[in-house]
Amino acid sequence: MDAPANKISVQGLKAWFGKNEVIHGASLDIPDRSVLAIIGPSGCGKSTFLRCLNRMHELTPGAGSSGKMLLDDRDLYAASVDPVELRRRVGMVFQRPNPFPTMSIARNVSAGLRLNRVPGDHAEVVERCLRQAALWDEVKDRLDAPATGLSGGQQQRLCIARALAVEPEVLLMDEPASALDPIATAKVEDLIHELKQRYTIVIVTHNMQQAARVSDRTAFFYLGELVESGPTEKIFTNPSEQRTEDYVTGKFG
Amino acid sequence: MSPSHTDKTYERELKDLRERLLAMGGRVEAQLASAVKAVVERDPELASRVKKSDSDVNRLEVEIDDACRRLLALRQPAASDLRFIATALKIVVDLERMGDLAVNVAERAIDLCQAPSLGPVHDLESLAGMAQMQLKHALDAFVEGDVEKAREVMETDGFLDALYLKIFNDMLTRMMEDSRAIRRATSLMFAAKHLERFGDHCTNVAEMVVYMVRGTDVRHPRSRQLKST
Ligand SMILES: Nc1ncnc2c1ncn2[C@@H]1O[C@H](COP(=O)(O)OP(=O)(O)O)[C@@H](O)[C@H]1O
Ligand SMILES: [Mg+2]
Repeated sequence: MDAPANKISVQGLKAWFGKNEVIHGASLDIPDRSVLAIIGPSGCGKSTFLRCLNRMHELTPGAGSSGKMLLDDRDLYAASVDPVELRRRVGMVFQRPNPFPTMSIARNVSAGLRLNRVPGDHAEVVERCLRQAALWDEVKDRLDAPATGLSGGQQQRLCIARALAVEPEVLLMDEPASALDPIATAKVEDLIHELKQRYTIVIVTHNMQQAARVSDRTAFFYLGELVESGPTEKIFTNPSEQRTEDYVTGKFG
Repeated sequence: MSPSHTDKTYERELKDLRERLLAMGGRVEAQLASAVKAVVERDPELASRVKKSDSDVNRLEVEIDDACRRLLALRQPAASDLRFIATALKIVVDLERMGDLAVNVAERAIDLCQAPSLGPVHDLESLAGMAQMQLKHALDAFVEGDVEKAREVMETDGFLDALYLKIFNDMLTRMMEDSRAIRRATSLMFAAKHLERFGDHCTNVAEMVVYMVRGTDVRHPRSRQLKST
């Protein structure tokens, strides 16, 4: 009860690359243990928004942001916040599965722990995360095999397991299924439903049906502007903004 | 007006669905007009033709149903497109029932022709005229996405109910005055009842139009209140 209802709160976020402002003041709340989907055409700022949430955006030379970003009601940009620790709490899964090619399946999962110098052989963590990522049954007999031998869908779930190993609270996913076949996609989507019991998830997707299937809330970005955000059911049955309506019905001008 | 769909085939499929619904509405409107004409002019031939034309309406219903299912499966429609197709799926059921009611009126016409006339049936004609008008306005509201017009249809329904009640009472009086009129008066009473029901289906269509345009369901406000308390 005393946990804040909103895991993340964004107020008036602006973001830029050099002189080019690419997000023009976005405000939005993300309830704890929910899935937010971000939709919008290419270049509208979805990935940038995501990367602001774990302060990866500022790692690009010349890039910056302003506005308020709260995680558990605490300012992400406060001087006391260690960005590295923040990125542990707010994990990220990318579009292309990117397992470490020279490492085994097990070592891929525990890579984050070893980077953070957590001692031990991590066998328990590896099993727990692979189970959570719905991959355990498929790989339990070949944990020492190279990760590159897995299929694309398995590699993506491996990357999700790797992100889970450092016990994050928020998972950011940037088009996590766009390189996957329909079966692998369904597995990742099913996994998202599972994961939201424990984590707050923000997923960027080009696939509007996917947004409709996996998310509780949807945000629509257009040309760097957050046009509308709200319950997914509302966005897809009766959006408030004409531009959202045109986008979800496939009227792209 | 919002821009059209980037996928022109999809745009055409939606337009086609709209046109088919209108064509079906037009058929039903004509069926009702003929059925009532058959009663007024005591024309059993015309009444039989109405009965035969019912298969056209039924065929249109099946075609429209198929088109909606295809669109849902292949296009994953959203927002106003989704509401339009959901509306089409419901309206088609009402239109088909209205066609059946027109046939029922035609059957009464055939029955009434078996015996001498009970005299002019002005009220029944008025009721039929109102029912036709309701259908026309409901369909216009649907095509134009006109919530005001849809609301007018809903409000007008009370007049049809009142006129039906008047016919009902008049026919009861006729029966009490003359027991030989019972069969014919009953037939006219039924015909009036069918017309009144026809009007109710127009109200259904109008309610769906409000949903389609606004995205809010205006049906059964009382059951909604119960649910929320
Ligand atoms: N590293 C970068 N340097 C300069 N501009 C960038 C960089 N990454 C993205 N942009 C620009 O920022 C805008 C938003 O990009 P992005 O957030 O990647 O959009 P989306 O994920 O919605 O496709 C685009 O105009 C893009 O060109
Ligand atoms: Mg992107």
